[in-house]
Amino acid sequence: MSRTPYKRSVQADGAAARPSALLKFPPPCAKARGVTDRPLSFQGMILKLHEYWSQHGCLILQAYDMEMGAGTFHTATTLRALGPKPWNAAFVQPCRRPTDGRYGENPNRLQHYYQYQVILKPSPSNLQELYLGSLAAIGIDPLVHDIRFVEDDWESPTLGAWGLGWEVWCDGMEVTQFTYFQQMGGFDMKPVAGELTYGLERLAMYVQNVDNVYDLAFNDAGVTYGEVFHENEVEMSTWNFEVADTDSLFDQFRKHVAECENSLAAKLPIPAYEQAIKASHVFNLLQARGVISVAERQAYMGRVRDLAKGSCQAWMDKNAEGWKAEYPAWSAA
Amino acid sequence: MTDFLLELRSEEIPARMQDRAREDLAKLFTAELAKAGLQPGELQTYATPRRLVLIARDLPAQTDAVSEETKGPKTSAPPQALEGFLRKTGLTREQLVERDGILFAVIDKPGRATADVLAAAIPAIVRAFPWPKAMRWGAASTTMESLRWVRPLQGIVALFGDAVIECEIAGITSGAATVGHRFHHPHVITIGNANDYVEKLRACHVIVDQAERRQIIALGATMAARKAGLELVQDEGLLSENAGLTEWPVPLLGRFDEAFLEVPPEVIQLTARVNQKYFVCRDAAGALANAFVCTANIDAADGGAKIVEGNRKVLAARLSDAKFFYETDLKVPLEEQAAKLDRIVFHEKLGTVADKVDRVAKLARWLVEEGIVLPSPSPLVGEGRGPSALADGKGEGDADGASAATPPHPSVASLLPPSPTRGEGNLADLAERAARLCKADLVTGMVGEFPELQGLMGGYYAAAQGEHPAVAAAIRDHYKPVGQGDDVPTDPVTVAVSLADKLDTLVGFFAAGLPPTGSKDPFALRRAMLAAQSLTSNNDLRFRLSDAVTFVIDILAPKEDTGRRWIWGEKEFAARDVATGIVASPQTLVDEAATSAALTNFFADRLKVQQREAGVRHDLIDAVFALGGEDDLVRLLARVRALQGFVGTEDGANLLAGYKRAANILKKEGFVAPAQAGAALPPGETGATNATAPASAGATASGYTPEPAETALAAALDAAEPAAAAAIEREDFEAAMAALATLRAPIDAFFESVIVNDPEPAKRTARLGLLDRVRAAVHNVADFSKIEG
Repeated sequence: MSRTPYKRSVQADGAAARPSALLKFPPPCAKARGVTDRPLSFQGMILKLHEYWSQHGCLILQAYDMEMGAGTFHTATTLRALGPKPWNAAFVQPCRRPTDGRYGENPNRLQHYYQYQVILKPSPSNLQELYLGSLAAIGIDPLVHDIRFVEDDWESPTLGAWGLGWEVWCDGMEVTQFTYFQQMGGFDMKPVAGELTYGLERLAMYVQNVDNVYDLAFNDAGVTYGEVFHENEVEMSTWNFEVADTDSLFDQFRKHVAECENSLAAKLPIPAYEQAIKASHVFNLLQARGVISVAERQAYMGRVRDLAKGSCQAWMDKNAEGWKAEYPAWSAA
Repeated sequence: MTDFLLELRSEEIPARMQDRAREDLAKLFTAELAKAGLQPGELQTYATPRRLVLIARDLPAQTDAVSEETKGPKTSAPPQALEGFLRKTGLTREQLVERDGILFAVIDKPGRATADVLAAAIPAIVRAFPWPKAMRWGAASTTMESLRWVRPLQGIVALFGDAVIECEIAGITSGAATVGHRFHHPHVITIGNANDYVEKLRACHVIVDQAERRQIIALGATMAARKAGLELVQDEGLLSENAGLTEWPVPLLGRFDEAFLEVPPEVIQLTARVNQKYFVCRDAAGALANAFVCTANIDAADGGAKIVEGNRKVLAARLSDAKFFYETDLKVPLEEQAAKLDRIVFHEKLGTVADKVDRVAKLARWLVEEGIVLPSPSPLVGEGRGPSALADGKGEGDADGASAATPPHPSVASLLPPSPTRGEGNLADLAERAARLCKADLVTGMVGEFPELQGLMGGYYAAAQGEHPAVAAAIRDHYKPVGQGDDVPTDPVTVAVSLADKLDTLVGFFAAGLPPTGSKDPFALRRAMLAAQSLTSNNDLRFRLSDAVTFVIDILAPKEDTGRRWIWGEKEFAARDVATGIVASPQTLVDEAATSAALTNFFADRLKVQQREAGVRHDLIDAVFALGGEDDLVRLLARVRALQGFVGTEDGANLLAGYKRAANILKKEGFVAPAQAGAALPPGETGATNATAPASAGATASGYTPEPAETALAAALDAAEPAAAAAIEREDFEAAMAALATLRAPIDAFFESVIVNDPEPAKRTARLGLLDRVRAAVHNVADFSKIEG
């Protein structure tokens, strides 16, 4: 371990000043726990990532209890990315993408799946090495598998956010989105946060060498991903595409918009933001139902963006003074 | 002389930016050194995903000493002036040099150490680096002033000879240490100097030279294919991209399931290339093979077996998606798909794509029935062309003009009945049929997944369901030409559909008050206009733009009893959410005249842009446009070409000069032609009547004896006017110019010997009348006042 040049610890978070097992394969602790003989199960992989990022100074949070299209929508990412306070957190976020539903018939596509999110603010200078260490921890040997950082600039028009980074390829498959946030909610990041988003199912399929997501071993006792989620995919795909009442959805959209504005007027950024997330999900459902046209799409997305940005603005307004007092070098604008 | 090495190491630099970054590095370095009077010998630059490198050969240890002389006051100047000068230069009186009664300060600047120059240059280069997109990072980014780089900068190696050039940028201190390959050799390595850099890195699994990596990939991929009995489909873009993604490239060949070959080859190639950056291969017969070549960045411990297997799986997943879409799409007739287009809004103000398709179909039929698009003289369609060529490079479309007649897929070509397009009625039906189906693929699964395949997939599906080959080809190619340089369709069915599509888009957006503004052209109307013009001029289509505009507006916004024209937009859309303010009302009142005028201007603007490339002067286009009413593109271009030929001749240049002199005089005198003189006729069609007013009659009627030059000019006009008018009538613009050229000598002689501004009003009026006839005669061809020079 001491021979690796990557001995820098996570900087600026103070909590992770211990040497890491970076780029060591297999990870030094793996043998002892007897996990090298068989690949990690789905839940084993999550536990391993939790353990790894916990060791590296991250809070281990739980998923946000709302439907959302990506882990980035979690307040631990959007709102906490704003402002000068250091913030290091990791969590699993279920993601809903109604249009990606395939009635449980496609081996690779799901309308509900999991992302593993890590957010590190400010971005540590050894973030790439930390990330590669996490791949090693879940059993990916970079001298057998081809790991590549391929340009992929990330943008979320809905959140008024963008960043530069890569999609990380493992043997040609995108397994992680790696982003240095530059803006969130229309605000410059001060300081910049690094965000890692692992596609858990893909990664697990890779590690377990299965071709069909439903064949994934969920645990080490023979329960498959399909047993847990297949029926869910069939029913939700049917509902998303065929059943969901569109009049009711349009109505919900309007109500979430109104409630968001109501919350903003009361200077409550978190409830306002929740309404923005709800509106965003309803909009995704409307799209799956095929009742939103291209032109409308722009208008609706613009509306959601305004809500999300308004919520971020309110969050900034509410906290700026305290931040400024604690971090004199920082300024909101 | 000493060599200098600079390595800027960062997190992965996007492949597409690396070449440009090398150039910028060389440029900035040269400029920084030039400021200090230094000029490096040979410069080498390298880029890998993780480093940007410059090696400068043969730098001196010192810059040259310079002696700078500053002029001061005269010796006779008051003492205050001298004091001021001494203060400014920091010298004493004794140190100044006197020459010719003037004092000079001479400051000898010793040469600077080149090392110092370099130490200052490096931070300057890094800070000024023009990345197309740069970012901030880390703890320092709490302020906006922190360093910006393409990705976080990680290290700097700066060695002048064997010595480190010490500098610091954003907390990164220069040194002699770098790292090798990310996985093969992540440890620190120490560089000695510029001469051992490349080899030391090679020993640590990094090929520094991008050209060498390209070569390794090109050769490796070709060999891998050959070993499998295949031929690699060469692709320069992919070579560069893969070279920019690897420090230690290892091409590996893999196979995919043969069953995927049922999917159109374009789809496979697109998926492999765009999504995965793989090369594809041909078999001995030239058909796409079930093989791909990926480029790994490591020498894998297992020889690459796992890497190939992983990549195969990713490709298989993508291809099985594509295959699923393709098979599903094939089960649905295109008419059925087209019926779903009423769910897709083309633009909120212009209704759905179904509305658009209806207009395009009517317009395409109209273009044929009006005789604008004529049946092809030879039965081009229905003849297959052997196996579909698997294009090199981008792999998009065929490159020759005959492509419009080629059935899109070899496997379906045999199903097609050979029934060539003949006769107008048939052509009109085919054009309308093709138009009605041309957008149907927008709702197919395949195009939903790969939008860049729109058109192409429609062509496949049309052929598969037994449409006429000309219809399938038109569906496939109706988006063409996309931008300048793209093939311009020539098959009549395709031409009718493609032109109708573009004209409808143009008229629609202009009528809805959404023309391009400044740099904003969100609906790509400039491209649409250029495409319409290329289709028209390349195929010699004779029609007036205004007629087409009228035809489209009549469908888009029929005149109501009130006399108003409304475009109703997307009705459902309007009803649902306008009230809540989520969307604006889509209804538009159309001003037909304004739309037509705006489109004509736009037509002229785009034409100038398009013709500039062909070397046609914009002022000549203006000169023809200024006649008004000329919106038949083919005729207009013929006029402009003849005009360009003419003004280039000596006769033309002189006639232009004579015209300008005449026009200036007329303008100065505020001359308005008396009605009976028959002069100042409107240009163009009425030109023929001009000849019926004999000039000599006018002259004698005014009661004075004209001078010979006047008579001669009048006679020349009498001859030239009908000749020019007749030539214009038969659209022989060269002949019209030739007729005008006969005026040149008489005009010159007229100005030589006749004074227009004669005190006698009768003479003056008669002479001005003559000049006015000259102007009018010239205006038959073009408004020469718009011509520059």
